[in-house]
Amino acid sequence: MEILSPEEIIDGFKKALGDSFIDSKIYEQEVAVKKNVFRTIWVYVKREAFRKAVEHICKLQEYPHLAIISSSDLGDSVELIYHFTIYYGHHLEEISLGLRVNLPKNDLKIPTLTDIIPGALFTERETQEMMGVEVVGIPDSRRLFLPDGFPEGVYPWRTDETGPQDILRVLPGRKQK
Amino acid sequence: MTMEKVETTYTIPVGPIHPALKEPVRLDLSVNGEEIVDVDIVVGQVHRGIEWLGMNRNNPIQSIYLAERVCGICCVSHPFAFVEAVEHAAGIIPPERAGYIRVIIAEMERIHSHLLWAGVAAHEIGFDTVFYLAWRVREEIMDLMEYVAGNRNTKAMFQIGGVRRDITEEQLPKIRKSLDYYKSIFNQLKTVFLDDTTIKMRTKNVGILKTEDALKLLTCGPTGRASGVAKDVRQDQPYAAYADLDIKAITPDVITGTVVGDVYDRIIVRLVEVKQSIEIIEQCLDEMPSGDILTEPKIAKLLNTLTKAEGEGVGRHEAPRGEVIHYVRLEPGRETLSTWKIRAPTYVNLMAIPTILKGGQIADVPIAFASIDPCISCTNRAVIVDKRTNKKSILSGKELHELSIEKTRKLKC
Repeated sequence: MEILSPEEIIDGFKKALGDSFIDSKIYEQEVAVKKNVFRTIWVYVKREAFRKAVEHICKLQEYPHLAIISSSDLGDSVELIYHFTIYYGHHLEEISLGLRVNLPKNDLKIPTLTDIIPGALFTERETQEMMGVEVVGIPDSRRLFLPDGFPEGVYPWRTDETGPQDILRVLPGRKQK
Repeated sequence: MTMEKVETTYTIPVGPIHPALKEPVRLDLSVNGEEIVDVDIVVGQVHRGIEWLGMNRNNPIQSIYLAERVCGICCVSHPFAFVEAVEHAAGIIPPERAGYIRVIIAEMERIHSHLLWAGVAAHEIGFDTVFYLAWRVREEIMDLMEYVAGNRNTKAMFQIGGVRRDITEEQLPKIRKSLDYYKSIFNQLKTVFLDDTTIKMRTKNVGILKTEDALKLLTCGPTGRASGVAKDVRQDQPYAAYADLDIKAITPDVITGTVVGDVYDRIIVRLVEVKQSIEIIEQCLDEMPSGDILTEPKIAKLLNTLTKAEGEGVGRHEAPRGEVIHYVRLEPGRETLSTWKIRAPTYVNLMAIPTILKGGQIADVPIAFASIDPCISCTNRAVIVDKRTNKKSILSGKELHELSIEKTRKLKC
């Protein structure tokens, strides 16, 4: 396995995705006394090329580690970041790679990754119940953390009207936000 | 009277509540006789919405202490990853000395956590003498942590941009004395855990997780390393003082020469990691640079900086159970975090549980399940539902534990 520099990785993404590649960012910070570098890459792609981007990551390392999917409610859209780490197992060579996808609120759908990375199941289930993003093709679409009695159509991580405001318990003497 | 042979699959829900659990989880075991054919995991019984609180109620500094309370054992790992994430997002660079103190306290936590696990694992197979022994030697590190951090647990050492307490010159002799104690008993511990016939019988070839499965299911930490995945954030990605040290991920072949991926291999990895932690602490004490421990000691000023800051960051730390990762996003003008996502190691390691338990016996459930060192190590009650008659019979945690002890006894005879 060849270990590429962050710039080379981004060039690889540009080549593989073409027009679907939107933006990228490299974050580097020197650490401790010996000044080794902590590196994070952020890659922003269009939703159509999302699966292709993940397949490209699998070319960088056969089994990339998908740590978690984070999601942010940006008002008109929901942003998902798939936090991968690549080049693990090599001393001080590991790079955190955040794959960013933006979904418009009227079409919250993202294809599943469980056929490529079976371990993505838990985090996809969590994104589905907490953010209301439909993961298309997920093999097990049950809730993960929320109880069965939790109302349908309420998503705790949203900041719009589908958020949990109505079911929050406000302590006596406190104002409702 | 003739006996008719009937084959039925029973479903046994195990959990979710037990006095020894740190995090309740329910396992639905489908069993055929004694053999486990399928496992389903139900989580969420203690979902407290900590991320939501960090995004809606607390300011980032209050969230450090909230992060500390994500887990009772990983009370260093979560704030460690969290402050790293906030520092990356806000562009704060902590002083070098703080990085060393962070590593020292994190490694102390690893020693105590692994010894705690060793005791629990011994208890699961009914070997309570070893349980008492492991927890007795764990006291030394608990006392040392109290001496250094002021508290045995929830130590509140971390602050954005550094640490809150220094390790002084006067403290060094006592720290070294405790480390010497662990070095002196290490071979004894090794003999107890790796050469004992009973432990070998109960743990070898039990709960196997193959390398490929571990890679596909994203297994991390000692569970992954025992299956031959040489993944360790301390080795892989430079952060805090780990970047200066030459750390190598421990896989079980350092002792046995092969990787099987069973419970025995997980014992090896954790045991050798205790030794590794002692060496890391000693190296840090020797090489620790002098200087400040905080970039900004005034909290109000720091909060002001954080409220103005814009950016996002990922903080990672190798907790005793595996990789902890925090993602933080800061928006200018917002007092709380804009996004906070936590990934604890058990989150991914639980996905390996069906693979680990399948094909095993009910009596192996306590030890095989405890072997990933989840924040859940025992089993409370098991309701056996006969699918044909819909009859329920309850198997208490005690009975399940007895089953496990029984198996040890039978093997001994």
